[in-house]
Order: sequence, then structure tokens, then C-alpha cells
Amino acid sequence: MAANTGTYLIRGASILGGEPADLLIRDGVIAETGTGLNTEGSVNDVTVIDATGLVALPGMVDVHTHLREPGREDAETVETGTRAAALGGYTAVHAMANSTPVADTAGVVEQVYTLGRTAGWVDVRPVGAVTVGLAGEQLAELGAMADSRARVRMFSDDGICVHDPVLMRRALEYVKAFDGVVAQHAQEPRLTAGAQMNEGEVSAVLGLAGWPAVAEESIIARDVLLAQHVGSRLHVCHVSTAGSVEIIRWAKERGINVTAEVTPHHLLLTDDLVRSYDPVFKVNPPLRTDADVQALRAGLADGTIDVVGTDHAPHPSEHKECEWAQAAMGMTGLETALSVVQHTMIETGLMTWADFARVTSTAAAQIGRLADQGRPLEAGEPANVILVDPAARWTVDPFSMATMGRNSPFKGRELPGRVVATFFKGHPTVLDGELNTPYPYADATAGVA
Amino acid sequence: MKHLLSTENLSLANAIRILDTAEEMAAVGDREVKKLPALRGRTVVNLFFEDSTRTRISFEAAAKRLSADVINFAAKGSSVSKGESLKDTAQTLSAMGADAVVIRHWASGAPHRLAATDWIDAAVINAGDGTHEHPTQALLDAFTMRRHWARLAGTGSEGADLKGMRVAIAGDVLHSRVARSNVWLLRTLGAEVTLVAPPTLLPIGVEKWPCKVSYNMDDTLEQGVDAVMMLRVQGERMNASFFPSTREYSRRWGFDDNRLKALDTLGMKDTIIMHPGPMNRGLEISAAAADSPRSTVLAQVRNGVSVRMAALYLLLSGDTREPAATPALAYAGTHSTKEIN
Repeated sequence: MAANTGTYLIRGASILGGEPADLLIRDGVIAETGTGLNTEGSVNDVTVIDATGLVALPGMVDVHTHLREPGREDAETVETGTRAAALGGYTAVHAMANSTPVADTAGVVEQVYTLGRTAGWVDVRPVGAVTVGLAGEQLAELGAMADSRARVRMFSDDGICVHDPVLMRRALEYVKAFDGVVAQHAQEPRLTAGAQMNEGEVSAVLGLAGWPAVAEESIIARDVLLAQHVGSRLHVCHVSTAGSVEIIRWAKERGINVTAEVTPHHLLLTDDLVRSYDPVFKVNPPLRTDADVQALRAGLADGTIDVVGTDHAPHPSEHKECEWAQAAMGMTGLETALSVVQHTMIETGLMTWADFARVTSTAAAQIGRLADQGRPLEAGEPANVILVDPAARWTVDPFSMATMGRNSPFKGRELPGRVVATFFKGHPTVLDGELNTPYPYADATAGVA
Repeated sequence: MKHLLSTENLSLANAIRILDTAEEMAAVGDREVKKLPALRGRTVVNLFFEDSTRTRISFEAAAKRLSADVINFAAKGSSVSKGESLKDTAQTLSAMGADAVVIRHWASGAPHRLAATDWIDAAVINAGDGTHEHPTQALLDAFTMRRHWARLAGTGSEGADLKGMRVAIAGDVLHSRVARSNVWLLRTLGAEVTLVAPPTLLPIGVEKWPCKVSYNMDDTLEQGVDAVMMLRVQGERMNASFFPSTREYSRRWGFDDNRLKALDTLGMKDTIIMHPGPMNRGLEISAAAADSPRSTVLAQVRNGVSVRMAALYLLLSGDTREPAATPALAYAGTHSTKEIN
């Protein structure tokens, strides 16, 4: 643990939305909690932060981020993406494997891991590809990635479904050797050839090729049965339909070891927005119907869906300023996730801030097996902490974000909640809602966590 | 009306206005000098990302009859990866001073993108976008039906709608922009539409459309129909399991000689047979049906020029008054009603 990250006394923060208390952060850990903490006797200078009216939460952990580097540095870099993450309240992100080259070897995941430490804004956890080149034909060297300095535990061909049932079975079995998890992008490829949007009432009118719910649900149904059969751990990426929620609920009732994620945009937006033909609303899986949105919210509230994952997917403007069919799929999300979840889950009364901490941090850290993240806000715990002003209101402006991607589907919307401060390993990466400085790793490439 | 992008949101008043203006334009086509000075000095660009000689020359003829300058821009296969983007193309046309862009595109929604962005300020006419809409085709179909319907009623076309007319649209509805545009426009004009198709060629969600759906051509004919519109079966559908074979398709959903005879047997002497072209003779329509006196195929082509003249005129003149009061049309002559089908 790197020392000398300063001492901070947070006064009067509502802990997980509950009673106000003070948090003393020193040398990377929460040194003390309680009320009326004082700073006398401290050898270091103490920065006191008045957190009256603010909610203290564990640093958010994203299970699903596209940082684009290496390969698409015109879309995002690890530096810009993790700045966005810190501003969004994250202290850890899982960087998806669909870079160029694909993160399917120990070398590439170590590169991403090192870039993350060099940037120093959050803990960057590389996700390893399940198959070589995401081609769905041959297992990548999962063990080598697990044993690398990046200590990969999550494996995914995200963007592409591991649709071969034998390959999926083998991957699920194999990762048991190092407590890994396969994160499946559930999309039956034949049912979605050329698909452009959710198949239903709106696609019928717009004449855009449909992406039917059954293409997601049939893969999830198969995979939970495979996970049961081989006794493995399965994670389902970006669940988007009411039927998927039902299948996962059924699987959990049977004791199958499955976790699931939902994106902020699937908690709020529907396919009606596609009527504009504005590709900022083009995403995979596609925006669904209001009935799906309601089922996803209910599933997240009752624990059927374990976590919120952003699927943050920045794209250069030319990939969105074009015809719908030509446009790339994906939306940015790191800097809006907290606000969208507050808006859709907390302000609707479906969840508390303690629930928020579970779905954005605790459960996400458990899925990724991140020991230092998603911890309780108690003395002795790593100081990955955020302060949120729940009363704030702001209007989304993609051009004022830290991400290089301007493709926010929330552009122009007024949303609640603002991240005031982010402490990463006891160091404030964000203060007063602005980027501060990155965590000062002693040697960013030394590989010591 | 700044653009003509779809019929879904075209009001009854605007639809009638376009059809009435088209009647006046049709009169121009009957004169020895088939030309009006209405759009002199205006530039119309035919921007075609997909081959369609028929639609392109129809728009070209329409623009030229209104004395507009016409630029044909064939931009096949344009994409971010292969060449110039739609945005760059649009900005180029804007810089050249295009007043109207007639766009045909393989991607649904491309005309909406031109109209909704600040890439170009011109009037946009959708000349067919992907499997979305083809509004001028629906308008020329409605124009053709309206003349027929008015003649049966013994009245003039002007100001008339299609209330009570029973129209069957048969074939590949799923991939048809013509079917979509017709469903919305015919609803607006008061016609009763039945879609006749194999279930594989109807979109999920069609049950919410303002029409009936049938899987049986013969039942639909027996229930009485005033116009039958046959849709083209695209070659690429034939080996994609939408139907077992072209022969089976033809037997169940084609307008063959037996069904042509059935119109007589069932006493539907005034029922017309329509097709947007190009036809697959022997597949969705038999040669006898295509060439019968009931067929309006060539009248549709002729009316297409009039309807497109009307659309260009109304969008570019910026005139919101009734067409009869416009000076440019004052000498267009009396309404032609001689064309009966």
C-alpha cells in the first residue's frame, strides 16, 4: 500500500444515505469513523471537508467499460476514460477486451493494466477475451491472463456472443481453475443478422431490421443451464429484456451461480427514441420497450439483477454523424451512470442509497473478485469512497465531459445527483466536482498493487 | 411543409393539397409544350445512393417540367469506410446551392438525417429509404386510385379522398417501403386496407397498423376489393426461407390468371390491379393480369411525374395558399380528367 496520500477528515456525510458521521481518511485507509472526530494529534496536515448534505458511498465499480486503448485512441484512451470514471464516482473499472489488438494474451492485459496504473485515476481491471481474437473458435490463454500481473478474473468476448455451446461450456468449466467468471454478451447471431434496433412496434414502422428479445433470452436460458451443468460461475452482460429478467430469476431460484448486469440507459430509455433516426440512440443490445424498462428496474431492485454496468462505449463523431445503419453501436455512460441510477431507482422509491452501494460497488467488486473495492465504510477498510450531492441538478452536455466520446444519449436531459469527491486509495482524484490529481503510484509499472 | 419524408405524419389537408396540385400538373403533361416556369433558377439534386432509374427519371422529368436545373448525383456505396460520408456529401451539395434534394438511399432514415441535421438547408424529398417509406410512390398510387374512385362516383377528383375504398396490398410487406407509405396515406385518405402476405413477410408489430391482415389472397378477394396492389418480390428473399419456393409463393400469394378470372366471377368489374414496378411477371403477377384493362401500371408511371411535380412545386415555392390561387399555375389549363385509370 502506497503511503503518504494525505489525511482527510470528512465531516457530517450521510453514510450510505443513513445517519451523518465523520470519516477520517489517512494513508489510504479509513482510519476512523464516528461523530465529532477531531484532528488533534495528527502529525500530518489534515484537510477538512464539510460533507453536510452529502452521501458517502463506496467508490463505484464498473463491470463493463470500453476504454478503447490499445487501438482506438481516437475514440478513448485509458487516460481519458479513467478521468471520466473518476468524475463519475468510480474507483475501479473493468476494461473490456475488444481492443486492437484484442486483449486475449497476458501481454495485452498487462499493457492495459499498466496504462491504468500510469493514469492513476481508478483501478483498471482488464477483462480477458474468452476466445482468440473474439473469433469464437478457440479458447484464448485464460490461465496466462489470470496469472499475469493484471490478475484477470473476468473473461468476455463482449460485443460478440460466445454462441458455440461447446466452447461456452468449456470456457465456463476452465475458468473454475482460478475462480474466474465468463461474462456473456447474450446475442444469438443468426437471429440478429443485420439487426438495427429492438424488433417490435417501432421497428415495424421505421423499417429497421429487428433485434428480437428472444435472441438474448435464448442464449441466457442456454447459458444458465450450462452453468448449472458444469457448476460454474456465469455473468450476463447488459440484460435488456423483461424475459431475460424472468429467466435469471428462475435460475437464481434454482441456485445457479449466475450474476447479471443492467446498463443505466436500459433503465431509462426506450426504442421510441429511435424514431428520430439519431444514431446516438443506437446501442447493442438495443433500447427496448417501456415494459422492459420497468421489468429491469424491478429486477435490479429485488436483486435478480446484481449490478449496474455502464457499457461505456465512446465513438468518434464520424461514427455517429451518419445514416443509422452505418453508425456504430454504443453510448457513453461513466459520467452519467450515478445520476441515471439515482433518477430511475432512488427517486422512484425502488432503492435506497445502501442498495445503490450494493449494485454499483459491493456486488460488482465481488463479481470481479476485487478485494480492495466495494468494502464497507468502516475503520480499517481501503479508502475508496465517494461523496455525492443528491440534491444537485445538472443538464447533460457531452462536450463538457472528460470522455472523448460525445455520444451521450442523455444529452440535454436534466438529471439529479453530482459526484463531489472521489477518493481512490485514500487519495482524492476528484474534489469539488472537478478532477484533482491521479493517485501517486510509487512506480506505475512496478506491478505492486 | 418543408420536407416530404414520410406519409406517416402527412396530414389529410397536405395530402389532398399535393393530390390536387398534381391534377393541375397533369394538365401540363397533356400540352404540347410540357413546361412551366415555376422553378426557374432553382436547383434540384437527385441524390441516389441506390440504383433506381425509374424513380430518378420520374423526378428528373418532374423537375425539368417546372424549369428547375437538375443535377443527378449517383453516390452508390458511399460510407464512412468506403468513401465520402452522407454528411460530407450533403455539405458539398449545400455549398453548391441545392434548393431541393431528392434522396434515394438503401438505409432507412437517411432522408430524416438530412432534414434533421444542419448539414444542408435544402428541402428534402424522400425518394425511397431502405425498408422505411417511399412517400411519392404512395401519393402517385393514391392519385391513381382517387381518379378511379371519383370516376366511379361520377364526380371530379379535386378535393376528394378515398373514403370507403377497399384496397388489398399483397406481397413482401416486411421489406416494402411502398407498403408502409401506402398504409399510412390510405388510412389518412379514408380507405380500408388489407395486407395480404405470408406471415414470414409481415413485420412483428403489424397488428398495431391501421389495417387488416390476411394470409389468404382468395378470401380477401371474395370479401370484395376495389384495388389490388401487388408488391415486387425481391430476388434476395427467394433463398432466405421466407417462403419455400417461388412457385408456392406464386400459387398462394401471386395475382395469377385464376384470380384475374375470379374478379369477373365475383362481379368486381371495376376492381383495378396496381403494381409499383418493376414487375416479376409470372411470380407476383401474371402477364395476363399485368396487361389486362384492369391494370394501372402505366397510369401509375404517368401519374408519378405529376405527383412529383406537385411535391417539388409545393416544397420549393413555399406557398401555403390553395394551389388554384397560385399565379404560376394560373395558365396550367383546365383539369384533365380524361385518364380513367
